[in-house]
Amino acid sequence: MVQVCGLDVEPIIGLEIHVQLATRTKMFCGCPLEFGARPNSRVCPVCLGLPGALPVINRQAVELGVQAALALNCSIAELTKWDRKSYYYPDLPKNYQISQYDLPLAFDGLFEFPIDDRIARIRILRAHLEEDAGKNVHDLPGCSGIDLNRAGTPLLEIVTQPDLRSADEAREFAVQLQRLVHYLGVSHADMQKGHLRFEPNINVRIHRDGQVFVTPIVEVKNLNSFRSLHGAIAYEIPRQVEEWLATGVTAATGNKRNRGWDDTREVTVPQREKEEAHDYRYFPDPDLVPLTVQAAWVAELRERQPELPLCRTERFISEYSLPPRDAHALVEDRATADLLDHAAEAGGDKVVLGKHFLSLWARFANERGTTIAGLRISPGRLAELANLVATGRINATAAAQVAEAMLANHDAPTVLAEELGLMQSRDTDRIAAWVTEALAANAAAVQDALANPKKARAARGFLTGQVMKLSGGRADPKIVGELIDRALAERAGA
Amino acid sequence: MAGEIDAERVRQIARLARLRLSDDEVMLFTGQLGALVEYVRQLDAVPTDGVEPLAHPVPVANVLRDDRPTPTLDTEVALRNAPQREGPLFRVPRVLDQGA
Repeated sequence: MVQVCGLDVEPIIGLEIHVQLATRTKMFCGCPLEFGARPNSRVCPVCLGLPGALPVINRQAVELGVQAALALNCSIAELTKWDRKSYYYPDLPKNYQISQYDLPLAFDGLFEFPIDDRIARIRILRAHLEEDAGKNVHDLPGCSGIDLNRAGTPLLEIVTQPDLRSADEAREFAVQLQRLVHYLGVSHADMQKGHLRFEPNINVRIHRDGQVFVTPIVEVKNLNSFRSLHGAIAYEIPRQVEEWLATGVTAATGNKRNRGWDDTREVTVPQREKEEAHDYRYFPDPDLVPLTVQAAWVAELRERQPELPLCRTERFISEYSLPPRDAHALVEDRATADLLDHAAEAGGDKVVLGKHFLSLWARFANERGTTIAGLRISPGRLAELANLVATGRINATAAAQVAEAMLANHDAPTVLAEELGLMQSRDTDRIAAWVTEALAANAAAVQDALANPKKARAARGFLTGQVMKLSGGRADPKIVGELIDRALAERAGA
Repeated sequence: MAGEIDAERVRQIARLARLRLSDDEVMLFTGQLGALVEYVRQLDAVPTDGVEPLAHPVPVANVLRDDRPTPTLDTEVALRNAPQREGPLFRVPRVLDQGA
């Protein structure tokens, strides 16, 4: 509930999202998908809508659609079919769009995501496959130019229930959905290329004097950024309240309106439309036979499903002892997150691996303008370095040097650490010699350690430091401590 | 199907199909379309209670292809039948509003 013009107002928002699927070719023909290709160079009789051409379903588009739907906890239809949505528009060469009307690919889902210290639960009404239209190029004098390279591009249209309650929540939903489809590899999810397009349905419930007034639904068409999605909703809420105060018009059959978003003025504007514009005359496409998505196929696709980003972030926080923000950033890049898991599976110490991924590997990746996965270091070598640190055989400073060497050649980290002389020395004879040397050079400290209870502790620490210094930081601190204690005990007894 | 085929209905269908019909043509098509609908209406006599709706008359499903590129038409060939062109683009009357 928000306050607008002194009234209690409850925004009701549903979203339609078009997700461009990451196939190589179009939905119903083998024309390659290529952003920015010369106009009308990625076309064939099918996507040009030439007479006699017949569409054939792209298997990969179906599988990507099912994978997205599974991640949205949808039920997958056992039988799904194809329908023609008829309308005349120059970028639609067949004069109908192949879509799915009454038997969509998937339905009844739920998408959950965290926002403001709570979990938002947004129901998914349906998800269906369809083809995109071509592109209008408006900048010709007095006419429009049409490029049909995009015509026939596979889209998954996801429709939510009207469960969103604010512009912030709608934006977060969109952000999380983009992250999800990108993570699944279902879409390249490049906002700049229009891979995700949003159409919010917005109206408000106004509470006044114990009565509830519902404003007519407005659908804002074709938003292609999170910013415009948020802006359009944030603008519509007070606009609808003001319009209701002025006209008293409430929602009724047939008074849903389309508006567009003016990106420069940051306002929604009415769209001119003819009354019959929404008479799409859906009917089954006789050119396409139905699709049955058998349980075995769904099971196979479910098997291929990666762990979803939100779950993975939670697991990274507990398993690798990562701060939430860092866990989130790591999970963002699937290849890097996979690499961390593989290094742990290879037996690497998880806590040290987590630290290495956040500090040293992240630093090297940044310096080289790539991701950690992009450094191309095998999970086994990452694990080995982590374990050298975890078992105390090299210290943290040495680990950074070994890591740098690992980027330059393929030797095992243990070999590199030895070559660089960075292994903690466990050679007791050598350490004993350093201890003798340190004790001889610091008689006063030895005296304090033996006979001055007030200073004994500090003196022992000082001597340990001297031994470490003599060893160039390579002596195993545990062995150093033991040998100093032994040497001091011998002197006390002497 | 709901609604009789009358002149108003024919005009509406023509509008949706972006066809401009003369009054004579409206008369002509009202008769022809009405006869067609009447003919198909014979099916209403068949009892269909308990019969599953048919998604497609051919008992075949799952005709799928692999996601592999196939040759495309040359742009010149693609544009050959266009009444008007502008470089590599199809040229159409200016479109002002998203219609759908």
